[in-house]
Amino acid sequence: MKMPAPDQATLARRQEIVAKLREIVPPGPLGDGVIDDANTLSAYECDGLSAYRQLPMVVVLPETVRQVSDILKYCHETGTKVVARGSGTSLSGGALPLADAVMLGLGKFNRILDIDYANRCVVTQPGVTNLAISDAVAADGFYYAPDPSSQIVCSIGGNVAENSGGVHCLKYGLTTNNVMGVEMVTMDGEIMRLGGKHLDSGGYDILGLINGSEGLLGVITEVTVRILRKPETARAALIGFDSAAAAGDCVGAVIGAGIIPGGMEMMDRPAIAATEEFVHAGYPLDVEALLIVELDGPAAEVDYLIGRVREIAEGLGAGYFRISENDEERENFWAGRKAAFPAVGRITPDYYCMDGTIPRARLPEVLTRISELSEKHGLGVANVFHAGDGNLHPLIMYDANEPGELAAAEEFGAEILRLCVEVGGVLTGEHGVGVEKRDLMGAMFTEEDLKQQQRVKCAFDPDSLLNPGKVFPTLHRCAELGRVHVHRGETRFPDIPRF
Amino acid sequence: MSVLAPSDHDEIQAAVAGALADGIPTEVRGHATRRGWGRPVQAEQELDLSRISGIHLYEPKELVLSAAAGTPIREINEALAAENQHLAFEPPDWAPLYGGAAGEGTFGGVIACNLAGPRRIQAGAARDHLLGFTAVSGRGETFKSGGRVVKNVTGFDLSKLIAGSFGTLAVMSDITVKVLPAPEKVRTVLVFGLSSEDARKAMSAALNSPSDVGGAAHLPAGAAARSAVDYVNGAGTAATALRVEGPEPSVAARTEALKRLLGEYGGIEELHTSRSRTLWAEVRDVHPLLPQGENLIWRVSVPPAGGYAPPPDAEYYTDWGGGLIWISVPASDDGAPPPPRVDGGHATLMRAPASVRGVVAVFEELPAGVAALSARIKESFDPERVLNPGRMYPGI
Repeated sequence: MKMPAPDQATLARRQEIVAKLREIVPPGPLGDGVIDDANTLSAYECDGLSAYRQLPMVVVLPETVRQVSDILKYCHETGTKVVARGSGTSLSGGALPLADAVMLGLGKFNRILDIDYANRCVVTQPGVTNLAISDAVAADGFYYAPDPSSQIVCSIGGNVAENSGGVHCLKYGLTTNNVMGVEMVTMDGEIMRLGGKHLDSGGYDILGLINGSEGLLGVITEVTVRILRKPETARAALIGFDSAAAAGDCVGAVIGAGIIPGGMEMMDRPAIAATEEFVHAGYPLDVEALLIVELDGPAAEVDYLIGRVREIAEGLGAGYFRISENDEERENFWAGRKAAFPAVGRITPDYYCMDGTIPRARLPEVLTRISELSEKHGLGVANVFHAGDGNLHPLIMYDANEPGELAAAEEFGAEILRLCVEVGGVLTGEHGVGVEKRDLMGAMFTEEDLKQQQRVKCAFDPDSLLNPGKVFPTLHRCAELGRVHVHRGETRFPDIPRF
Repeated sequence: MSVLAPSDHDEIQAAVAGALADGIPTEVRGHATRRGWGRPVQAEQELDLSRISGIHLYEPKELVLSAAAGTPIREINEALAAENQHLAFEPPDWAPLYGGAAGEGTFGGVIACNLAGPRRIQAGAARDHLLGFTAVSGRGETFKSGGRVVKNVTGFDLSKLIAGSFGTLAVMSDITVKVLPAPEKVRTVLVFGLSSEDARKAMSAALNSPSDVGGAAHLPAGAAARSAVDYVNGAGTAATALRVEGPEPSVAARTEALKRLLGEYGGIEELHTSRSRTLWAEVRDVHPLLPQGENLIWRVSVPPAGGYAPPPDAEYYTDWGGGLIWISVPASDDGAPPPPRVDGGHATLMRAPASVRGVVAVFEELPAGVAALSARIKESFDPERVLNPGRMYPGI
């Protein structure tokens, strides 16, 4: 992975930058505001995609919106790059530092500001963890729906930047569908509010654009999320099939019957074996594919629908069907799935987690081709799958200490993602492009598609100072992108009907 | 005014390239059913997309549908209904609000205006269901964004910008949306005789309960009297409505729970599927304010518990649990009344004569920083301002 060459002039100004940042963020009750010694900086050298590491030039940890604004204003005026970071759990290198960039950590923005049941929302600072929001309202029977598997540590600001998902997206939506407002600071230091406790704000939906913009458009300093009343009850079914195709048919048939489960997950045989050995969730070991289907809602609805799911599954030849009889058993069903990544981590020195999405009906064919690729590269693979929405997480097993295996794993992964695009899917369902999939963007987008996205970036950050080197494979200058190409005469179609 | 009516994507591109080359401000439209919404566009030609029509992908089990932008929304609703599915954001039919016939309008128009009905509080707006699109920007260039799958974070989510851009950024040719199963049954719990404050409390209690309420509206006595539903128009008082949808055993249990919860607020009645559908279509389509002649109609989005009060002389009703207020006021002598005061919300002048819409901020003014950023976003798609110039804001 090639990052843009560090700017020597910026590196030469390092002491001056550090001094200015100390002036903006003096040491406070929460500790040092600026980190510039190599030892402490090393804690920031990577995010969740730990294959890529880079010490940041300096880390600044502001405590107020004014400080964030002043930092960005200063960096804007001096042409200094900035990478924002929440908890650093990105799986695509979204928060990978740059050698010549200020890393702006939002960890001190760690307070929930307002719990507003009457308007069914929570206003929070961006460094608060995803789970802490649900915990803060749990006693009153509410929760925040998107639940990425890193929810214990990942920050809500990072969730907005990545438009994070989770197992409940099919029914409750992604982060973008659950965020009502943000306060954001743009690269020039302008503080703006988008959305709020109301639903319609008029004008372009900049709030929607910010979700999933991977830290390229602005720094989030406050988030308003909608909270939901906890479903009255939830029950899960474990359903085993002797082929992935049959399991896939069952998923389609459930949805075709008008049922949208709260969660619908699939694991293949290697993933079942690895998790069962690790967690002892009670999964059947003699099936090729296992579904976990969770229904949530009023008890009358859940009991009724789980019966219908059973009829559908058995009609499609399910060899194994078990319904959770209480919450403990239901959580046990999930324990295996939620531990799938570490479980695979136990049986291989290293693994590489992919994140493509495919149209669900193409699953059997995609799994067959993944298994062919597995043989071709000589690397094992276990598949876990958000079956309801087609989001596939193949876990490629490799050993970084074996020469060439990391490169083989990366090539294997890239081929899987190209396959996802080929069958009508996308490169990333919830982990983001970051640096990881940056150079694959051309598999999904034309040059014109990418240029239009970059023009939008120019509207926010014309000097490309915010998180450069991420998402886009080719950096174009905004002046070049802005030019209008008028094709006078040559593209006129005189035969378009005119009235 | 000349009307260009392209019949495929390439012809759209040629039309926009031509408008760009000759500097011709162009009004982009489908059936023009919502033309009265927004500032009057000073265009020299029209780009009529209604010939670019047809559903080219519908896979019910994949919950996905793609169609050309000019496809009649009626055709899409019918195709979905045949598979017991629907657009969950419940796009309203506001053609009659602007004097048109009910049932008109295109798919592209629904998306470009980011429509949403009463289910907004539960299922979101058009923006939440748009998965991807292909379009021609005001630069005359073809681009696409998104895809046909729900889980997708590949690149910027330009779908969000396009939804609600009123054709000012790009001309969509193809649109892909998420579709969902339609509920088997619908029931509505009515509570009679509540003041607007008590109605807000009752709706809040219902929305904060586990009954998964997918519609919460309050019709004051005047608005209730105009309903076609007998239990509503015959009550002679205000009606507050709470909707539950789903399979039979579920709606039955939730209806009972809501009746227990709301009994203390006032007299209770219950509507089953057919009457419920009528009532919620009325709420969705501004039916309770329609027979108001030349009145100006405002639509105000606020925090539901924010305590917003409509002007004292106004006819109004509320939707979205109190978060959306539809207001009808007589046009004043100078024809340009001040907008309803909104703090922490947004007001839109939905219906007014063009002369009023030319001088009043139809969409409440944006804060300076957001306005400047919006102008730069417009510039990034349509630097010469050929597409629907001025429809949303001056210069945009």
